[in-house]
Amino acid sequence: METRELTCIGCPMGCMLTVSMENGEVTEVKGNTCPKGDIYARKEVVNPTRIVTSTVKITGGDKERICCKTANDIPKAKIFEVMKDIDAAVVEAPKHIGDVLIKDVAGTGVDVIATRNVETA
Amino acid sequence: MKTYDIVIVGGGPAGLAAAVAAKEAGNDSILILERDHELGGILNQCIHNGFGLHTFKEELTGPEYAYRFIKQVLDLGIEYKLNTMVMDIAKDKTVTAMNREDGMFQIPAKAVILAMGCRERPRGALNIPGYRPAGIFSAGTAQRLVNIEGYMPGREVVILGSGDIGLIMARRMTLEGAKVKVVAELMPYSGGLKRNIVQCLDDYGIPLKLSHTVVDIEGKEHVTAVTIAEVGPDRKPIPGTEERYTCDTLLLSCGLIPENELSRAAGVNMSPVTSGPVVNESLETNIPGVFACGNVLHVHDLVDYVSEEAKRAGQNAVKYINDGCKEAEGDNIIELVATEGARYTVPSTINVGRMDDLLTVRFRVGDVYKNSFVSVYFDDERVMHNQKRIIAPGEMEQILLRKSQLQEHAGLKKITVKIEKE
Repeated sequence: METRELTCIGCPMGCMLTVSMENGEVTEVKGNTCPKGDIYARKEVVNPTRIVTSTVKITGGDKERICCKTANDIPKAKIFEVMKDIDAAVVEAPKHIGDVLIKDVAGTGVDVIATRNVETA
Repeated sequence: MKTYDIVIVGGGPAGLAAAVAAKEAGNDSILILERDHELGGILNQCIHNGFGLHTFKEELTGPEYAYRFIKQVLDLGIEYKLNTMVMDIAKDKTVTAMNREDGMFQIPAKAVILAMGCRERPRGALNIPGYRPAGIFSAGTAQRLVNIEGYMPGREVVILGSGDIGLIMARRMTLEGAKVKVVAELMPYSGGLKRNIVQCLDDYGIPLKLSHTVVDIEGKEHVTAVTIAEVGPDRKPIPGTEERYTCDTLLLSCGLIPENELSRAAGVNMSPVTSGPVVNESLETNIPGVFACGNVLHVHDLVDYVSEEAKRAGQNAVKYINDGCKEAEGDNIIELVATEGARYTVPSTINVGRMDDLLTVRFRVGDVYKNSFVSVYFDDERVMHNQKRIIAPGEMEQILLRKSQLQEHAGLKKITVKIEKE
């Protein structure tokens, strides 16, 4: 049996988690104060994922950049591929919170969505 | 000039939440004064996620969180003025402000809510030796350049200070293709949240060097290299431990200071520990009818707590006006004292008669404590003794006091918060 110590990133409490594993399978998660910690720990040791936030260039709007996020978490190993697509994208105003800016970013099956409103200039 | 019952100085998270709460408490005469060209304050440049877990039970980015409150302000028809700088708050609560449309104007208010937020500690306050070339930014300035303006401050980065904005910017610069070489922290512990160390530094293999500081900055026109060195327990650099990093950018994330020029000029009593106003259970300063909330009061880690605190300030301002703008009657004032590890408490005093049924007292500690207890004493009697695995200066702590509990202790004069080993 092996154990791994993690700090939960689910919320700012930052619970210290102890994950017990056997043959690559999680057998127990300890130290979490909510179900989020359990989910995070099980994912983190097998297939870690992250939400990516950044900005996309926007034309014709009252702002130069529109901030965005992946609508769901994406595999941690794909972060830089996602960033490449985000940096290459240009969208047109107006855009509002939740609008899809990039569909299926880097083949992850996850969309990049706007996190603020940018109106037409 | 129009008069208002409540003038709120600052349209960031604290000001917005205070305004919404005041309106919902029944006051229709509220004005928010904001110096930027939009509401939302610094949240607009905090594009990362992790906001709102307490308030909305979901994980939002800064701009999304701000918009939840901005939308309420708009829907409730609360008045606000943008691009407006408050110049002065007088003891009689006359607010002097100016903007391009109205020129200079004065508003006699019945209550004023201070919600100006905080500023980053600049290089000049850090005594870093070396040249003064271009390429040195506070982490928040870099955040604005990258996230709002769309410019990269540089490609090879050293960060001094492990405050949350510095950690967030280490990740942000890395995502945009920069190489963050090291984060140096003067103290033996990080000033930021643990989760940010994990997801901003560890995820990208960025080293965090505790007990290190910058001892030299090279470059006459632009930064060319930064030298860091280890510091001893006296926080003085240890000769022979210097490491030189070539870089074009130095980011500073060395603490936030509440922005209280207006409060001081108004005659508000300040706490030397928080650099924010001294407030009572109603978040009211020594000037009756002047309330403070958010980072202008004390620097928070979480905007959720700012919103919650600001809500109380808004409600209390309405209560103050509804009660006839009278000074609180002080027959039973309990003093809150922070000692032995606890650095301060907000509030500093409690008037039991005026307190809510449940009062949140927030505080910070001055060092890292492992497997220790947060203890609360009513005069000499210990009434709370909560064990925590870890208590750190970077993470704000809180205790809850019940009104009934205080009422049962008749004649209570002093509540002490301290950290105990056992």
